[in-house]
Amino acid sequence: MNCPECDAKLNIPEDASVGEIISCPDCGADFEISKKEGSNIELKQAETVGEDWGE
Amino acid sequence: MSKISIVFDRLRTEEKMLQKAAAELGHTATMLDAKITQINTDTKKNDLDLGDVVLERCVSYFRGLHFTSALEFLDIPVLNKFDVASICGNKMFMTLLLKKNNIPTPKTYFSFSSESAAENLENVGYPLVIKPVIGSWGRGVMPIKDKDAMEAIFEIRDITDSPHDRIYYLQQVVKRPPRDIRIITIGDEAVAGMYRKSSGGFKTNIALGADPEICEITKEMEELAIKASKAMGGGILGIDMMEDEERGIVVHEVNNTVEFKGLAKVAKRNIPKEMIEFALDYVRK
Repeated sequence: MNCPECDAKLNIPEDASVGEIISCPDCGADFEISKKEGSNIELKQAETVGEDWGE
Repeated sequence: MSKISIVFDRLRTEEKMLQKAAAELGHTATMLDAKITQINTDTKKNDLDLGDVVLERCVSYFRGLHFTSALEFLDIPVLNKFDVASICGNKMFMTLLLKKNNIPTPKTYFSFSSESAAENLENVGYPLVIKPVIGSWGRGVMPIKDKDAMEAIFEIRDITDSPHDRIYYLQQVVKRPPRDIRIITIGDEAVAGMYRKSSGGFKTNIALGADPEICEITKEMEELAIKASKAMGGGILGIDMMEDEERGIVVHEVNNTVEFKGLAKVAKRNIPKEMIEFALDYVRK
């Protein structure tokens, strides 16, 4: 699967789950896995870090 | 076999560790993305099918807190409880509660406008550390060493003027070794501890690159951790302490959605397993 931003090849581990964040090794954009059915994976833009994020 | 739901908004290693631990204990753990879950005033407990207990693990404080309020409205057991999450997510509420329960904590000054905070600082003297009341990972935590720094920081706050920028939380600089201590408490037990060593600056957050090192929990640390946990209302918490050269151990923070992947690798006890067991015991009682 390629990066929606820069078209570089994304490295998505086989055991990756819905909700996990995938970072593009080339442009650094972050994507969230929004759907995963077998090898069919859909990505959406990941949320940026919010003021209230943390522990 | 029991069923646990893990509510998340950004799936991290910790949530996957919890799911794996539940499976190893013979239970089912279902992941629930808060971002795509819909709840309304007519929703019933059984509509959501969240099992016996929910672990709220959102990285966004406000999202997790509001989601928890909806779960408690539906009478679904959730850890941590709304009141605990609410207090721990706000440094001012948390500090006041620590002090009220006679838990040693750094002296902290509160002001509610930049003018009043400036007056407070001038009266107390430099340096003090300014911390946002909401937020984590050391972001926005800055030492104010002189008047120039104060004016620059306060001016930026006045410009951005988010609701929480109007709350000024100024804390004494604690004389201590360049490290702090994180203790994870599960219920009434301190299950693991680590030193977080500064990577150069005065901050010791793992998220900023501090080196974790296993910490043998002393009796004093254990007692303070349990006392701090009880003061907040209990549950699964991360208690942060500093070794004050003058006062001994002081508790400066209690974290509600504790991160533990680093500590879990070196801890003697199985942290995610104990969290799952505690959650199930919590609903059985």
